[in-house]
Amino acid sequence: MPRLLKFNIFRYNPQDPGSKPHMDSFVLEETDSMTLFIALNRIREEQDPSLQFDFCCRAGICGSCGMVVNGRPGLACHTKTVDLPGDVTLLPLPVFRLVGDLSVDTGAWFREMYNKVESWIHTSKSFDQSAVEERMDNEVAEQIYELDRCVECGCCVAACGTARLRDDFLGAVALNRIARFAVDPRDERTDRDYYEIIGNDRGIFGCMGLLACEDVCPKNLPLQNQLGFLRRKMGITAIKTLFRR
Amino acid sequence: MQTIYTDVLVIGAGLAGERAAIEAGQAGLSAICLSLVPARRSHSSAAQGGMQAALGNSVMGEGDSPDVHFQDTVKGSDWGCDQEVARLFAETAPVEMRRLAFWGVPWNRVVPGPSIYYKAGKEYEKVESQERRGLITARSFGGTAKWRTCYVSDGTGHSVLFTVDNRCAELGVEVHDKTEALSLIHDGRTCFGAVSRSLRSGELRVYLAKATMIATGGFGRIYQNTTNAVICDGGGHIAALDTGVVPMGNMEAVQFHPTGIVPTDILVTEGCRGDGGTLLDVNEERFMDKYEPEKAELASRDVVSRWMTHHIRQGLGVKSPYGDHLWLDIRHLGEAHITGKLREVYEICTSFLGLDPIRQLIPVRPTQHYSMGGVRTDKNGAVYGLKGLFAAGEAACWDMHGFNRLGGNSLAETVVAGGIVGRRIVDHVQGGEVLFNSAVIDAEVKRQRERLDGLISGRNGSENVYKVRAAMQQALQKGCNIFRDETGLSECVASLEEILERARRVGLKTNGAGASPELYAALRIQGQVKLALCVALGALKRTESRGSHNREDYPARNDRDWLVRTLAYWRNPDDGLPVLEYEPASPSYELPPGDRGYGKSEIISAEQGD
Ligand SMILES: Cc1cc2nc3c(=O)[nH]c(=O)nc-3n(C[C@H](O)[C@H](O)[C@H](O)COP(=O)(O)OP(=O)(O)OC[C@H]3O[C@@H](n4cnc5c(N)ncnc54)[C@H](O)[C@@H]3O)c2cc1C
Ligand code: SF4
Ligand code: SF4
Ligand code: FES
Repeated sequence: MPRLLKFNIFRYNPQDPGSKPHMDSFVLEETDSMTLFIALNRIREEQDPSLQFDFCCRAGICGSCGMVVNGRPGLACHTKTVDLPGDVTLLPLPVFRLVGDLSVDTGAWFREMYNKVESWIHTSKSFDQSAVEERMDNEVAEQIYELDRCVECGCCVAACGTARLRDDFLGAVALNRIARFAVDPRDERTDRDYYEIIGNDRGIFGCMGLLACEDVCPKNLPLQNQLGFLRRKMGITAIKTLFRR
Repeated sequence: MQTIYTDVLVIGAGLAGERAAIEAGQAGLSAICLSLVPARRSHSSAAQGGMQAALGNSVMGEGDSPDVHFQDTVKGSDWGCDQEVARLFAETAPVEMRRLAFWGVPWNRVVPGPSIYYKAGKEYEKVESQERRGLITARSFGGTAKWRTCYVSDGTGHSVLFTVDNRCAELGVEVHDKTEALSLIHDGRTCFGAVSRSLRSGELRVYLAKATMIATGGFGRIYQNTTNAVICDGGGHIAALDTGVVPMGNMEAVQFHPTGIVPTDILVTEGCRGDGGTLLDVNEERFMDKYEPEKAELASRDVVSRWMTHHIRQGLGVKSPYGDHLWLDIRHLGEAHITGKLREVYEICTSFLGLDPIRQLIPVRPTQHYSMGGVRTDKNGAVYGLKGLFAAGEAACWDMHGFNRLGGNSLAETVVAGGIVGRRIVDHVQGGEVLFNSAVIDAEVKRQRERLDGLISGRNGSENVYKVRAAMQQALQKGCNIFRDETGLSECVASLEEILERARRVGLKTNGAGASPELYAALRIQGQVKLALCVALGALKRTESRGSHNREDYPARNDRDWLVRTLAYWRNPDDGLPVLEYEPASPSYELPPGDRGYGKSEIISAEQGD
């Protein structure tokens, strides 16, 4: 006998004057290899076509489907129902602005983040069409990729106590982004430049180091290492800055 | 009503759209990209395998050149492509890879010394030269003579899209995400922008632009089983087709990928076979080496998909509750390789199937994967039929892929075409002024408002949009799949005609407030069925087999009658079928039609008389 799954889902459509925040429940019969992607689409198509949620790749690659599943932020498409109890509570990610039901506005948050950390290669060189590419050790390329794997799902931000308390906190994802450029030899920014961005309470010194972020990251990014690395680097830069004054 | 003015409006913020927008930004023009999702979630991010460019840095790519790449591409296309475009592409690709490296893509690089690689299940050794240390390296991918596919571990699309979006942020190119373009504003001669709907508030918004570009990716979601993301639903094609003056090129040219996992159709990369993965049948025996002794699992994907389907039809598939499938075996590649270079594949197997590919076989079947056809453009990316309208990427039929695109060629196309077309757009904008006619704009807004009201009020009927969509997907799956014939295609067209009538009677169950997913689906259902009809009718009329278009009743490639591209127009919104016209496949044939060297070889040549 397949299980009957009960989904308790947060509902609120801010665009609908008749809508108030509340929880709705839906019951579905579990099928083989069911993920929350399959379940939520079935609920929408068979029970309530107004239900809002975000999926795109449905393959754990694009980071669209972050939500709080039984208290824990994670990627919904990546969550198999066999791994869940019969009662499933789904909430939208906190911190991000609510669009409706389980859908939140991550796009605007991340665009702002790119601008704050200047999420691009800073270089004084210009591209030369006729030249062979600059060489790079494969190991360095792999180190960069390791940190470039972040899918900007926002789970780490949603899980972070500091981010929930202060909305100007950059969050582990932004600090990881800085680390990505710091290991990239093509980026000419110095520690001083990075210090300007993250050497404060909004950045690395606001982090309480409890590592909820690393715990929930669906891509298993080494956030703990990166936060430690930046804290040391920025600590040293802070001291140097003091002496220079 | 909010009206936003910009020099360049790009519908789509995947690789093709953003790459073109960068050209506009670099030239000092204002540019806005619209996207259903935040730019980095665009489907380009899901491409794991890599991009083809003839850099020839790896020892396995020695002797490679744009010439060889050009030839592979034309052969791959089964001579259906535009050879001038294929030439332009192959020549430009290497520079584009270097440009991406300059912008920050962490390409894998040449590591000197010996290393092991696998081909068709056997172990070989290669030795990379000291002299090329640190240059961009390449891997093998189906259908190519040389190792030519540049890659970033198995997150190539992801890393390249992040880099390109970083560059957009740096240049101040705006991305308006959670925004859907509904229709183009035009007067039958010139395009002036688009009417869009916010997927945050549900509000309509007008974008006016001196140049508009369609870069909305593929339309795989009109099929039942597809590797495509859920947003690859044809929105850009629909807007273009609805103008009545813009044709879709070669819509019948649909590619199926050999290795979608069962049941969710998530793609496992061709890199698996490129690196030596093999296909096994119910007896856990290889079969591709019997059908294709030379290339075996590495033959081009239409050939592999076709033999897989054939093998399943011989009763040699593995039975499962989701239908028959075959096995992909990568166990011999070893733990380090599988959890390193093929990490995403490892993750897909463990997270979505609950199996371990280091020890277990992966259930796979051919599934819809890529749309070679699309909005027809010339080699500058200018769309047929409307001035000021451009297209690039998977949405476009620029036509370097003809009837089959090679693995790694489409991701490369997005950036190469994006760059080329972006520069043409800059020329266009700098070349003259555009006069906006407010009557044309108002009329289009009114049309869209009425469409929305009709769906919300239910005055056209009360058909359930999801049921209509499922009917369309089933019709295509059944009658317009890998193997096609007259009976199946005629039935498919007939049922799609009925489904189109139902689509015209769709009404919402909900009030459609805000972003409304139901309204979203309802707004495109008619257009999707029209696209499906372009695919099915094109396939029915094309009485030959070419690339991924396989007619069981016409197994030969017929260069005498069918060395042409189908152009499908939807002249009036109320028509029941598209109008098909034809044009020569290529303005010239640098590489004259011949044998591909793999797959079936029956050819009716142009010189042959009746
Ligand atoms: C699983 C998978 C793996 C692949 N792997 C490879 C590979 O290894 N190598 C390779 O060469 N190719 C690969 N491909 C193909 C390749 O990824 C795509 O062809 C390519 O990324 C398409 O890029 P694009 O920029 O044209 O469109 P996309 O990246 O799909 O972007 C489309 C954009 O348009 C927007 N959009 C769509 N409709 C609307 C609308 N109505 N209004 C506003 N915006 C809209 C979307 O939001 C998105 O931003 C793969 C494809 C799949 C499905
Ligand atoms: S370690 Fe820092 S960034 Fe991570 S959750 Fe805790 S406070 Fe947030
Ligand atoms: S660091 Fe991890 S949890 Fe945070 S956004 Fe990136 S992928 Fe998501
Ligand atoms: S839908 Fe892309 S990660 Fe879940």
